[in-house]
Parts: sequence; C-alpha cells; structure tokens
Amino acid sequence: MQQTQEKDYTQKFDLSLWRKIFHHARQYYPHLAALALSMAISALCDVAFPLLTSYAIDYLIPGTGAQAPSGAMARLMYNMVGSAAALFSGNTMAGFIFLYAMLVIVQVATIYAFLYLGGVIEVGVCYNIRQEAFHKLQELPFSYYDRMPVGYLMSRMTSDIQRLAETIGWSLLDLFWGVVMLVMCSVTMLTINWKLGLAVMVVLPPLAVISFYFQQKILKSWRAVRKTNSRITGAFNEGIMGAKTTKTLVREEANMQEFGELTHEMRRSSVRAASLNALYLPIVISLGSLATAYALWRGGNLVLAGAMSLGVIQVFVNYTVQFFEPVRNIAGVFSEMQSAQAAAERVMTLLDTQPDIVDSPEVVAQFGDNFHPKRENWPELHGDIDFEHVDFKYQDGERVLTDFNLHVKAGETIALVGPTGAGKSTVVNLVCRFYEPTGGEIKIDGVDYRKRSQLWLQSNLGYVLQEPRLFSGTIRDNIRYSKLDATDEEIRRAAQLVNAEPFILKMEKGYDTDVGEGGSRLSTGEKQLISFARAILSNPRIFILDEATSSVDTETEVMIQQAISQVLTGRTSFIIAHRLSTVRSADRILVIEDGKIKEQGTHQQLLRMKGSYYKLYMSQFEEERAQEILSARLADSKTDN
Amino acid sequence: MNKRRMRLMGKLVAQNKWLFIGAALCVLISVVIDYLTPLLLAETLDYYLSGQPSTMPAFVNRWVDSWGGPGFMARNLWIVGLALVGLNIVGGAINFFKGRWQSKAGENVALYLRERLYEHIQHLPFSYHVKAETGDMVQRCTSDVDTVRRFLASQLLAVVSSVLMIVVALTMLFSKNVKLALISMVMVPAIFCFAFLFFKWVVKAFGDADVSEGRLSAVLQENLTGVRVVRAFGQQQYEVEKFTGASADYKKKSFKVSKLLAVYWAGSDTMCMIQSGITLIMCVLFAARGEITVGTMVVFTSYVGKLLWPIRQLGRILSDAGKSFVAVERIDEILRAPVEPAEPDAIQPPLNGDIVFDHVTFGYDSNRNVLQDMSFTIPAGKTVAILGATGSGKSSIVHLMQRLFEPQSGRITIGGVDIQKIDRSYLRAHVGLVLQEPFLYSKTLRDNVGIAVSHPSQQAIERAAVDASALSFIEDSENGWNTVVGERGVTLSGGQKQRIAIARTLMKDNDILIFDDSLSAVDTETDAAIRHALKEHSRDTTTIIISHRVVTLSQADLILVVEDGHVIQQGTHQQLIHQPGLYARIFNIQTALEEEFARHSAQEVN
Repeated sequence: MQQTQEKDYTQKFDLSLWRKIFHHARQYYPHLAALALSMAISALCDVAFPLLTSYAIDYLIPGTGAQAPSGAMARLMYNMVGSAAALFSGNTMAGFIFLYAMLVIVQVATIYAFLYLGGVIEVGVCYNIRQEAFHKLQELPFSYYDRMPVGYLMSRMTSDIQRLAETIGWSLLDLFWGVVMLVMCSVTMLTINWKLGLAVMVVLPPLAVISFYFQQKILKSWRAVRKTNSRITGAFNEGIMGAKTTKTLVREEANMQEFGELTHEMRRSSVRAASLNALYLPIVISLGSLATAYALWRGGNLVLAGAMSLGVIQVFVNYTVQFFEPVRNIAGVFSEMQSAQAAAERVMTLLDTQPDIVDSPEVVAQFGDNFHPKRENWPELHGDIDFEHVDFKYQDGERVLTDFNLHVKAGETIALVGPTGAGKSTVVNLVCRFYEPTGGEIKIDGVDYRKRSQLWLQSNLGYVLQEPRLFSGTIRDNIRYSKLDATDEEIRRAAQLVNAEPFILKMEKGYDTDVGEGGSRLSTGEKQLISFARAILSNPRIFILDEATSSVDTETEVMIQQAISQVLTGRTSFIIAHRLSTVRSADRILVIEDGKIKEQGTHQQLLRMKGSYYKLYMSQFEEERAQEILSARLADSKTDN
Repeated sequence: MNKRRMRLMGKLVAQNKWLFIGAALCVLISVVIDYLTPLLLAETLDYYLSGQPSTMPAFVNRWVDSWGGPGFMARNLWIVGLALVGLNIVGGAINFFKGRWQSKAGENVALYLRERLYEHIQHLPFSYHVKAETGDMVQRCTSDVDTVRRFLASQLLAVVSSVLMIVVALTMLFSKNVKLALISMVMVPAIFCFAFLFFKWVVKAFGDADVSEGRLSAVLQENLTGVRVVRAFGQQQYEVEKFTGASADYKKKSFKVSKLLAVYWAGSDTMCMIQSGITLIMCVLFAARGEITVGTMVVFTSYVGKLLWPIRQLGRILSDAGKSFVAVERIDEILRAPVEPAEPDAIQPPLNGDIVFDHVTFGYDSNRNVLQDMSFTIPAGKTVAILGATGSGKSSIVHLMQRLFEPQSGRITIGGVDIQKIDRSYLRAHVGLVLQEPFLYSKTLRDNVGIAVSHPSQQAIERAAVDASALSFIEDSENGWNTVVGERGVTLSGGQKQRIAIARTLMKDNDILIFDDSLSAVDTETDAAIRHALKEHSRDTTTIIISHRVVTLSQADLILVVEDGHVIQQGTHQQLIHQPGLYARIFNIQTALEEEFARHSAQEVN
C-alpha cells in the first residue's frame, strides 16, 4: 500500500499556489473588489471617529484652544464640519451631529457590506471548489481510490476546502483592513506633526518583527496541540472499539497508563500554546505604550509651548493605543495563510489529478462524456468479449495479468475460481473498464472498447458486489438506481424476477421502506436480493457477479440461487464464484492462478482432470457444505419451536 | 438530573478553585488598570496642561505637590509617560498570568474528564460494549469535553470580567457625573437584549448549518464508499445532482449564518455608536455649560466605549452557554453507566482443575435464554472441541468462562471453586480467550504480540509468533516486526489478524486456552500447524476450541455438540461418528463429495 501520510505544514510561502487558488475564485473578483472598498471605507471611518472627537474637544467647547487646525486631516475634518454646519444655517453643533450621524450610517453600512460580502465569497468559493472537486472524483479511476483512503478524501472535501474558502473570504479582509488602517493612521499623524509622527512610528518595525515571530510560534504550538488532539481522538476510538479485546487480555491498566501519558502531553502542549498567546498581547501592548508615552510627553510640551492643541494630542494618543491592532492583523494573516497552505495544496492536488481512463476527444464527440451522453449515437451492445494478449499491472508495478487471452461468446456464463490475489477481480475490473489493459486490447463486439465511451459500456452493465452496498433511501430508490426513469411497474417486475418481492411486501411500508444508512436496516440476504433487482432492472447485456462469501440462512440462500439463474439467462456473465451450485451451472469455468488461465472447461471436464480445480473443489467446498448443514440445522430447530 | 450536571460542573470548578480565584483576581486588577489609563490621560490634559481641577485621589496630588505641583509635571511629562508604560507592563504581566491560569484550569478540567471517561469506559461491562455506538461515544469524549473546557477556561471568566468591567465603568461614570452617567446608559438594556436574543438566533442558524453539513458529509461518504456501484451503473450524473442538492442546501444554510452575523454585528455596532454619539454630544453640551471638564469628557467618551463592548460580549456568551450544560449532561450519561463491581473478597485459586458447568442458564436479555440448564464437565489438561450452529450458544459458553457475563442461574466451577468468587482480572489473566474477530491495536506487530504482558522479551514474542504460525508473514512485512497495523498502517487479512491474536494470547500465562472460532480464517494446513504447536508447548493447558472443521474436531479429546442452548451430544470422535446426529453428518461430507465425484465420472463414461 502506498504511503498516504498527509503533511500539514509547509515552511515556504508558495505564491504560485495562491495565485492558482485565486484563479478559482475569479467569479468573485467583483465581490472581492467591493469587499476591499468597503473595508477601506470602514477603516477610514475608524480613523475619522477620533478626529471627530478631537474636533468636538477643540471647537465645540468654548474656551478650549480654538486655534486654526494643524494637519491636513484635521483641517479636512474642520472644513467638513464647517460645510455640514452650512446646511443648518451655520449651527456648528447641528453640523457636527449631522456629520457624526452620517459617519455612523456609513460605518454601519460598510460593516454590514463587508461581512455580507465576505460571507458570499466564503460560501460561494467553498461551494464552487467543492463542486469541481466532486466532479473530478466522479471521473478519477479506481486506481486513485485504491491509493486514497475514504477518510482522506472526506477531509479534503470538507475541512480542507472549508479552510481554503475561509482564508480567501476573510484573511484578505483582515490584511486589507490592517494595511489601510496603518496607512491612514500614519498619514494622519504625519500631516498633523511629521516630527512627532515619525518619532512615534519608530515602534512599528520592532512591533512587526515581534508580531511575526510570535505568530509563527503560536501557529506552531497550536499545530502541536492539534496533533496531540487527533491522537487522543484515535485513542478514544481504539479504547471503545477495542474494549472487548482489552477485557479479555486484562489490559485496562496498561491502556490507562498509555492514555494518561497522552492526555498529560495534551495538557502540557495546550498550556504552552495558551501561555505563548497570553504573552504576545502584553508585550505588544507594552511596546505600543512606549509610543503613547512619548506622544504624551513630546505632545504635552508642544501644547505648553502653544504649538499644539489638546484635541490633536488626544488624536495622537488614540492612534498609538490602537497601533498594534493592524500590525497584529497583518502578521496573523500571514501565519493563517501559511497554515491554510497545506490544505490548499491538498485540494489543488485533487483538482489537478488527471484521470488515467479518459475517453478520447473523438469518442466524446461521437458518444458524449460521463455527464452528457449522446445516447442516440450509441451502437447496440451484443456481448461478445475478447481479451487479446492482455497485460495488466498496477501503478506500483505489481504485475497481475500477462498475455491473457479469452474469447467469450454473447450470452455465455463464465465462472472464475482460484486463490485470492490470482487475478479474478482484475479480469472483472478490466471487463467493466474500471481499469484498462496496460498491454493488448479488450474488444466488445469486435471493437476495442476504448473506441466507445465509458458510459456506453457501463450503462449496459449489471454488477452485483460481494458486499452488497445500498444507498440510504427507500427500497424503491435503491432498485431504481440502475435506471432512473424506470416505472414502478418495472421496479416491481425486477423485484419479482429475483424473488425479492415477498420480503419487500412483508415490510411495513413495502417498497417505500427506508433501508437506513448503507442499507443497515436490512439483513445481508435481503441486501443481496435488492442488489440483484437493481442490477437486472436496466436489462444489462453484460452481467458481473462477485459472489458473497458470507452465509445466509437456507431459505434466502435458495432464493438467491434462483435469482442468480434468472439473471444469468441470455446475458454475457462473469462470476467470481464461491458456491458449488453457481460454479457447476456455468457454461465455462476458468481456474485462474498467477494471472493465467490454468484450467478451463465445464465442471465435469475439470473434475476429471484431477488438477487444481479438483483440489479446490474438495477443500474449499467441504467447508461450505458443513456450513450448509449447520445452518439447515438451525433453520430446522427454528421451525420446530 | 439537572442537579447532577450542576454538581459535576461545580466539582470541576472546585477542583481548580485556586486557579479560578487567581485568574479572577487578575481580571479584577487588569480591569482597574484598564480604567486607570484614560484617567491618567485625563489628569494630564486637564490638571497638568490646562490648569483645571484635579480628578485624582488626594494622595496622588500630595505626591505631585511634593515634587513641585502640576507645573512641574507639565514640564516633566516623561513621568506621566513612565507611569503609563509602567501601568501597561504591570497590566500585561497580570494578563499573562490570567491567560496562563485560566488555560491551566481549563486543561485540568479536560484532563480530568478525559481520564475519568477513558477509565470508566475501560471498566464498563462487556455487555455495554456489545451495544455501544462508537461514533457517538467518541464524540462525547472529545468534542463535548472540549465544549466544557472552553466554557470553563474562557467563557466563565469572560462573564466575570464583563460584569466587573461594567460595574467599574458604571461606578466611575456615576462618581463623575450622575446625569451624564444615566444618559450614557440609555441604550445599554437594548444593546444587551439585542445581543442576547439575536445571538440565540445565530446559534440556532449555526445548528441548522451543522445538520446540513452532516447531510452533505453523509452523501459524500456514501458516494466515495459506493464508488463501484456508481460506476458500474454509470450514474455519475445522478450522483452529481444528488451532491449538488446537498451542497447547495449547505451553501444556503451557511450563507444564512453569515447574513445573520452581518446583521448582528452591524446592528449592535449601530446601537453602540449611537450611544457613543449621544454621550459625546451631551458631554460637549455639558462641557460648554461648564458642568464638566475636558478631562471628564475624555473619561466619559472612552469609558462608554469600554462599557459597551462587555455588554455585547455578555449577551453573546450567555446565549451560547447553554451548549456546555448539554455537553456536561452527555458526558455524565457515560459516567453514570455502572461499571463491573469491585469484589474485595474475591479469591485467586489455582485454575488447573476440571471446568464444570452445573445447570447453567443464561441469556443476553431477560426474555430469551441462550443457554438452557446446561451441564457438562471439561477435564483438566484436555483438549475439548465445541461444535454448533450460529446462535446455538457456543460463544456464550466461552464468554461466561471469562466472566464477561454472569449466568442467570446455575454455577460454573473451576477446580471446584465457583468462578463468581474468583477475582475477575485474575481469571481473565489466566484464561486466554481468542475472539473470532479480534481487535488489533494501532501499534507495531511487536507491540501487538507482546501487548498482554509487561516487558516481553523479543525471544518470547518470536516463540509465540512461531507457535501461532505468524512469524513468516510478520518477517515478510515491509517493516518486519516494526510494521504498524490498523488505520495508520497496513491492513491485515482476517487470517493474519487471527494469528496475531493467537500469538498475543499465547504470551500470557494460561491455565485455560479458548479459541472462539478463531482459526476460521486461516487455511486447514495452518490450522493444523497451530494446533500441533499448542500440543507441544501447552501440554498441561486445558484447551477449548470452537470450530467447524472435521479434522480439528476429530483430534480433540472430547467433543461437545451444542444446539439451542443444550449439549445434545458428547463423546470422542470414534463415539460420535457412530451416533446419528450433527457430528456424523458433518463428518460424512468428505465421503459424500468423493461419492459425488465418482457418480459424475460414471455419468461421463456412460
């Protein structure tokens, strides 16, 4: 098995990756622009409020200062209040209130706008990437699924994509706000008094350095916490699933001790992460207070010298107190993006994976693709199948079939027997074109099947898996799965044909009974019968049966056997067989060993050869008989009661 | 029930009371410092720079006077600056300790809950685990614990600090100017109610989105695990439609959350800004009439900001706090389930005597008995095979021998001692039971084989692996003995798992060895090899094997045939093949197969 260890941390910031990701969000470029605009306006308002307060102190209260405003921003504010006052026949107070109210309205509107837009972008990008990824997953070949555990695919499709969309929707917003805020504060201070402004801004570089340093540290420590946390979840999983075994081995204490180490480690790393977090803000705020103190000291002297108003000093003090916020935001965004990068890489890898079984452009042009079939151009499928010098090896190089030749006439039933791993499933998977041969070709009705579309073949396929897999929904939904436009009458006929109707009708809601997640409310035998009905509904030309090994009660067993003989008639069939009766009724039995046909013929021919088949028959089927007797016994005793 | 969960919550707090008290004190100090800063600024602007009356307490002014009065301060503003920096550093240190202590308290709570849950789960009886739903239990042990931790670590203190901040702010405001203070509070009730009620709505919308996300995951999971069915029937288009439906619903629900949050923040911001505006304008008017100083005005404008944030915060936390009580309840449900009772008088007798089932009746639930008045004797040191159909009760027999369940009536004795009197751990440690579907831990193969003993030697581990016919496949694995099994490692076949399980059981010091159909997934030759090794190395061990294989059964010293909770036949192979019954029929299969073949051959000849 290939290693699928996921990395959750990348050191370097990968700009080209993010460019690619933003390309996926291109539909939302106008939204992003609007978001940036409302963010900028909002930041402007944040800057304006202290100015307005300072105006109130300086000009609305008689007897305080009332010098000409210093600094472009303050002058701007002064002029704005002035022009607003003009609307109220020169009443500055009314003008001030009006301006304040306008500012509140603008501020609230922009807050609403950017939260709304951020939501639109996050949710929309999430949805789009998820749709794209799901489409991709429907096209990726089985070789991909062989490598990727479902759990990994699930986390790519859910949390990774979510993470990515959040970053696109909100991180940029934080970044933008931080930058605008920083620039506006700086500009305002510099225009009011560039010397004092510059002096105050000396704290910015160390502030930035410390912020970046801490954000990195904090990010790393949280990562350690998350890792331990997932180990704890694993330990609980194991502790609960393995509880029965633990009891029989008397391992309670040892388990407890191991778990104790883990959970203590969790406490250590969590407290460490929280402490780092708790250390960062005080340091940054203390550093910022140096700037405040300096502004107060120098500004105070300027006030004494009559070179500065009280309001202006108020503005300075206000800004220096808020200085660290934008810096923290900017630093935070970078570490956020860095940690989202691992998720981004995983999602992008999924989107960039190229399926290795694809219909050629000519085939798509003629027969359509998996999502838009052109059924009108599909030729009829008869069911002659030829393997011509077929080689097959898996991607990891493991060779399964070598120069495999087989001719199957339409309507013939082929049983495949042989030890596990000999290549039986591979033959079936090749017939279904779940894999394609790595050498030679497979012809259906005399034509290489790669010259037809995948959907053409698969729409003519009936497949019953070894472990019957149903989808949640009603029995009717499940049977209908192979032919979505089937009428209720057709569904009933399919169920009748495979003897499934009696048990279906016995159920509370008949065909409308909910089967539960994965069919969990039905017995194994019932699930098998439904999967037969499902396979037969679309009247497929090729039928694949991977016979179940698990035993069911005798009654159901008889029904399944009858169902099998019903569905095989008149179709080209491949059966990976485990049961005597199925094997015996096949037109031809292939004994597969080491990727080759070791023996072939009818049941009797093969028995007479006294070769592999004979041995297999004697040992493998002996146990089946024993099982039969045991379950028959059980059935008898049940009827006795 | 309600009382119980309050009691558990109270206990969790009490266990960490010093941390909580310490953190609460820090909150108090930091709130005070937080309010001192604007006060200091106001004093500077008013008293030192503008010559208006001081607002500081008398002792501060005595200091200032002793240094040279406000004029001195105005010339040496660096003192104020230093005080400001000093306040921030002290406040920072206090905040650091607050953060550290509250996280410690929260982590202690989490640690305590996790350990108790884990231990409790380990000691819950076998019958509990037969029915348990793993997913739900894991969720309770992880995310519910986390909800409680978060509540105690941050939300509880946030409530304390919000309340403190509001109290301090109000005191300050009222001491400065009652009328203005009242005016500064007109919007407060509205803001609180809005935050509380609206956030409840948001929480509900969050819940809806979670449910929708769950549905989306279910659709996805089904598609991914059922990929063969999808492809075999060419239903990709249909699957895309199904997924799109779920995905679009989730999109809608989570967008609703976003919209509500946008309204929530914009709405509460509006109210806060209106309140700030009212205060500012009233301050201006009051100041214009000379009722307050510019300094007081600075205090009011900045304190109103400080007052509004915690009120909003409080509303939000309170409407979210209900969740943590639900979580405590769910955790408590597990902790309430009764564990296997302690038995201080239990004894530890030798276990190498005869095993006797004496009129034993047993059922998993009261209305159906699996074993019905069952009696038989297994002689010490012998090998006994049990044959029976699924559901006949043969697994129950072996479960009872390890006291995983207790019989309803009758008794089981080993060497004459009723096993009810025998110490449970002692019994299980000396009765080796290999389950049919064994669970392997996600550790290395070496650790798995050695798991039942402390500090096993490599030699002993290898010997056990040889006896269980597991050595060759272990050594052929990619990393040999260090290969990790389970979710994060390689997947073993059923037969390989069974052999590892046998090996780890053989490591123990067994007086009795039980194989609950645990050779079913290995081939007949391996089965024989394992039994041969057992004969060699565990000669004195009483061995019980449940199996369907004729060869396996035939070589036992005694064979018990079980049906419907009764022993219907017992004897040696030779005795049983001559009696009509289940055993003889199974034995005859082989002969029957040969006859059948002969018949077919004859047909061919004809």
